[in-house]
Amino acid sequence: MIARWHLWVGGILLAAVIAAALYFPALRKRVDSAAQLTEKTAEQARRELLPAAAPSSGETMTKVKMFWGSNAGDGTLTPVTIELPLAKDPVLRARQIINTLLAGPVNPDARTLPPEAALLAFYILPDGTGIADFSEAMATSIPSGIQSEQRAVDSIARTLEADVPQVTRLKILIHGQEVDTLAGHIDLTQTFRVNTKAGAMPPLAAATSGVPTTPVNKPAPVAAPVKDPASSSVKR
Amino acid sequence: MRVPSSWKIAAIAVVILATVQAIPVISQNRPPWATPKGTTPQPKPQNPPATAPSQNPPPNQPQTPAQSYPVPAPHPVGLNIVVLDPAHGGTDLGARGTEGIHESDVVLQFAAAIRRALEAQGLQVLTTRDGNENPSFDDRSARANAQRGAIFITLHIGSTGLAGTARVYVVPEIPPTMADMTGLIPWDRAQGPFQELSRKLGDSVQMEFAKRFKGSPSTVQVAPVRQLRTTAAPAIAVEISSVSVAERAELDRMIPGVAESIARGVVAFRPTYVIPSFPTPAGVGQP
Repeated sequence: MIARWHLWVGGILLAAVIAAALYFPALRKRVDSAAQLTEKTAEQARRELLPAAAPSSGETMTKVKMFWGSNAGDGTLTPVTIELPLAKDPVLRARQIINTLLAGPVNPDARTLPPEAALLAFYILPDGTGIADFSEAMATSIPSGIQSEQRAVDSIARTLEADVPQVTRLKILIHGQEVDTLAGHIDLTQTFRVNTKAGAMPPLAAATSGVPTTPVNKPAPVAAPVKDPASSSVKR
Repeated sequence: MRVPSSWKIAAIAVVILATVQAIPVISQNRPPWATPKGTTPQPKPQNPPATAPSQNPPPNQPQTPAQSYPVPAPHPVGLNIVVLDPAHGGTDLGARGTEGIHESDVVLQFAAAIRRALEAQGLQVLTTRDGNENPSFDDRSARANAQRGAIFITLHIGSTGLAGTARVYVVPEIPPTMADMTGLIPWDRAQGPFQELSRKLGDSVQMEFAKRFKGSPSTVQVAPVRQLRTTAAPAIAVEISSVSVAERAELDRMIPGVAESIARGVVAFRPTYVIPSFPTPAGVGQP
């Protein structure tokens, strides 16, 4: 004879098993979706937060020149004309242009910027200096080397020069900070000359071979802090 | 006999003082307060100061503050020293190839061969690193800035470019500012007065690369290479393509040619080497 309380316990346990069987699949789904969210990198999350460059009433289809890598593999750039819905506002326009550069060309070998990178912010100072703030992937995912880093900077500078004439210089930040180099080689403490046709520009540097972008040592508002010459100088 | 407690305290104090004085003597490194008047501790030669004088004072002569160094009159100085800088090192592997090739390792091999080629030409060679260390940009520059009659060559293996080619880079123009008119060169603009010489050196080496490695440019390239900006000497960056080669042997085969080209380029540049003159306001720093 089974005791009455045994029946009660057995019934409760049976009910718990049935409830768990019903609840566990739903719980597993939630855990899986949470795991997927965790796998997303911070870069991807930021990219999703960026406003989509959907055509709006203020945007018109415009032909622009994008400077991507040439197929020769010699580190040079080739202009490619494409049509984009672009805003008239130079800041918005510059963002759209750089985001298109980041999206890359059809031929992945001609890519100049790492696909993992995202443009976090872009603004233009009153003196025409464009500040481009990239995510950390810009520094960590770009192929390391003088040529590859220089090509990335040139790609941005030449494209801005062709399509956003209001930008006269370019300053690159990584995650909101000024950094010493892009990936160990190219100096990012200085600004890069962008628009060589602007009237207020100082004379160009001596003729160079193959490298169109010339960094300028102008003390831009976000340039390297001025060092005390007495404490940090070389006496000749 | 009972010793007064004040005597005990005095005796302990004497023992402590004697011990403190004895420790530096034992370590052969006298503390600043123990240095005799009129002498100044000399810096270790392996660790040049961040603010490096261009002209080393004679031995046993006390160093004076930077502001009172006389400005050397421009005169021809022979090129005696080549400072080789194998880039990256330590945890910084530099460019990484598909075959497990690390730029920081490969440049050491190139540097060893280049050293032999330069020494065969009678030049003294210093290196910024010989093992798996990673000195800072400034420490590497300081190695050259502390020398007189030196040039600086930083060695890199790129991630891109036509395999089997080599490129030489110099920094773009650094226009002088008012700060440069004091006779002191700001550390972060140290390359400024040497740009013309750097370009000559770069063209000389690049010309040799163009002869030896088909597809290499015929003239020096311009890029704002961070390492060069703080170097107060004719300075170039050499980048070899690339870590993306199919097999490591392709890079190894380039080593003798790169070493010979650099040695030939440096030797061709040698007669044109002079210490440049610097803009100074009248009377400042003149002996």
